[in-house]
Amino acid sequence: MNDLQTIDYKYGFAKAENYFFKSKKGLTSDVVREISAMKSEPEWMLKNRLHALDIFESKPMPQWGANLNDIIFENIYYYIKSTDKTKTSWKDLPEDIRDTYERIGIPEAEKNFLAGVTAQYDSEAVYHSFQKQWEDKGVIFTDMDTALKKYPEIVKEYFGRNIPAGDNKFAALNTAVWSGGSFIYVPKGIRVDIPLQAYFRINAANMGQFERTLIIVDEGAYVHYVEGCTAPVYTTDSLHAAVVEIFVKKGARCRYTTIQNWSNNVYNLVTKRAWVEEDGVMEWVDGNLGSKVTMKYPSCYLAGRGARGEILSLALAGAGQHQDAGGKLIFLASDTSGEIISKSVSLLGGRTSYRGLVQVKKGAERVKCNVRCDALLLDEQSRSDTYPTMKVDEDNVTISHEATVSRIEAEKLFYLMSRGLTEVEATSLVVNGFIEPIVKEIPLEYAVELNRLIQLNMEGAVG
Amino acid sequence: MLKISKLKVQIDKKQILDGVDLTVYAGEVHVVMGPNGSGKSTLAQVLMGSPAYKIESGGMTFGKSDLKKMTADKRAKLGMFLAFQHPVEIPGVSVLNFLRRATGQNIKTVVKFRENLLEHLSSLGLSEDFLARSINEGFSGGEKKRNEILQLLTFKPKLAILDEIDSGLDVDGLKSVASAIKKFTKHNPRSSIILITHHAKILEYLKVDGVHIMVEGKIVKSGTVELAKEIEENGYASFWGEKATPESDSGQGKNKQILI
Repeated sequence: MNDLQTIDYKYGFAKAENYFFKSKKGLTSDVVREISAMKSEPEWMLKNRLHALDIFESKPMPQWGANLNDIIFENIYYYIKSTDKTKTSWKDLPEDIRDTYERIGIPEAEKNFLAGVTAQYDSEAVYHSFQKQWEDKGVIFTDMDTALKKYPEIVKEYFGRNIPAGDNKFAALNTAVWSGGSFIYVPKGIRVDIPLQAYFRINAANMGQFERTLIIVDEGAYVHYVEGCTAPVYTTDSLHAAVVEIFVKKGARCRYTTIQNWSNNVYNLVTKRAWVEEDGVMEWVDGNLGSKVTMKYPSCYLAGRGARGEILSLALAGAGQHQDAGGKLIFLASDTSGEIISKSVSLLGGRTSYRGLVQVKKGAERVKCNVRCDALLLDEQSRSDTYPTMKVDEDNVTISHEATVSRIEAEKLFYLMSRGLTEVEATSLVVNGFIEPIVKEIPLEYAVELNRLIQLNMEGAVG
Repeated sequence: MLKISKLKVQIDKKQILDGVDLTVYAGEVHVVMGPNGSGKSTLAQVLMGSPAYKIESGGMTFGKSDLKKMTADKRAKLGMFLAFQHPVEIPGVSVLNFLRRATGQNIKTVVKFRENLLEHLSSLGLSEDFLARSINEGFSGGEKKRNEILQLLTFKPKLAILDEIDSGLDVDGLKSVASAIKKFTKHNPRSSIILITHHAKILEYLKVDGVHIMVEGKIVKSGTVELAKEIEENGYASFWGEKATPESDSGQGKNKQILI
């Protein structure tokens, strides 16, 4: 069957006959061994996984942040080969998700994929022509499983350097059972001027539970990586614990944009960290629209003189959602700078929290950092909190923090409605204006879908 | 076209509109003048459907429509427009984006729309980059008023209520706003205007069908441009006598000097 062979090629699955596989429920060292064997991994990776499993089991559940006490680890399947994922039939899909696809104009083919109706997005032709363009320049853009096979030395050098298994319980979990995710290497001086999108490689592996992404941007290079989509992704997987490690070398620049809209049953617990060398720039654009619970704090370690880190965080929490997001900037060298802008919108009882850390090590002089977090509450049931932490061990620095919490004033709505906009349209417009500093940094197609999505949410909230 | 009868509005037990009567026919320009606190702005806001006020009694109709039953957006769709005395800031929403949303811009009309827009901007002494700014954010007083007029020219309403469009403008600003209003009336002869103002100055530029003096929530006298000139010279003091008894709880008595 042609389809099987194609998939085989993309993911580098070694054995066609081991095609249909699903691990037993629950997490044991046997499951971990199975995963590693299925992928024919080198010994060092298996050791890594097992060591991480020990750490995972020994660490307690974090009691800060969102409520994670409903996660039942024994009930989760930790490894399913992509084509085995239970396909949803269109009619089983929750109605609100189907409606959303219609309303925000998702093309037919994408709809089917996102709904889990098909396991593979048919973007073959586009994918291949893109690939040729990169390959010629020495850019590597592949999935982690393939990268481990084809470029083991690079992977070994960087894997776990930013986020070791011991970092936190969910990093340990990911390190034990990771599968899929992207691997990107950009050679010196190469500027990839079109955003690399997981979009073109959409498949269940990239939207897996335990993705591991590794990006290395060599000196003077530039890349923009985009993942996720505004359309709600329906999945029966309830736990997503991903890890993203990024290395920005001297004078290089990397932007990583995420728009996440997981369905409302998902715990989205992600550890993302960038290590930035001299004069390097790292930009995180993090959009959290979906999931039941998100805990995610993209961070930058500004390790070289003149390095810069920017974190733009957008969170939208509706009924039953808790977005606990923000970012961390750790200044380790002098003349470094950074900025965190967080915009959150809560409605219908949703809860958003900004959780951030600005840390300046002693000896890191002339650091400049500004944090701005703004929360918009659309009604009295909703909630927003701020947990900013500043640990500044150096005097010769400029650090500032501004925070606002607001409602939409009746006057604003009246002004807009007096121009013929309905209450829903007026509310959406004000919300769009509120999040504009972040949305303007998001690729256009996403921004358009995002606007429609906001309007949809407002319909639920207003009147 | 617009008929207001015995309109009463209370806020916190204060009678702000105390039985307003006013009729405005298609194509007419009416001026409402009065001392501070007379309820002029409240009248404007109530007409447009501000949720801050509840109608106690009385009526407002526009054509065949009963305004009391309609939300602000429905009134706008009928063809009403209010130029706010204190225009509201909407951060992150550009003037252009806002105008397009409000007029229901679509791809077919976008070129003509833009052409017209640039013309209006130029007539108001505004540059093209005005369109990229967030509505009213950081606008000077004059820019805010011009932005209201820009909307007037873009939306072409059937009834425009201009709440102190002339306040805070310098001589040139006043001229350009006045000539824009004049241009509007010329191109939209069936449209009506209710101009709320303190100064008679703007009336020098416009043809006016009626001047109404509002004191303590009621229109106490109506007349022509001559009436406005009288106010310019003598102030409102004589009009306190027109009311049966000036209410003392409003804090404004017969003896208070009102400056225009």
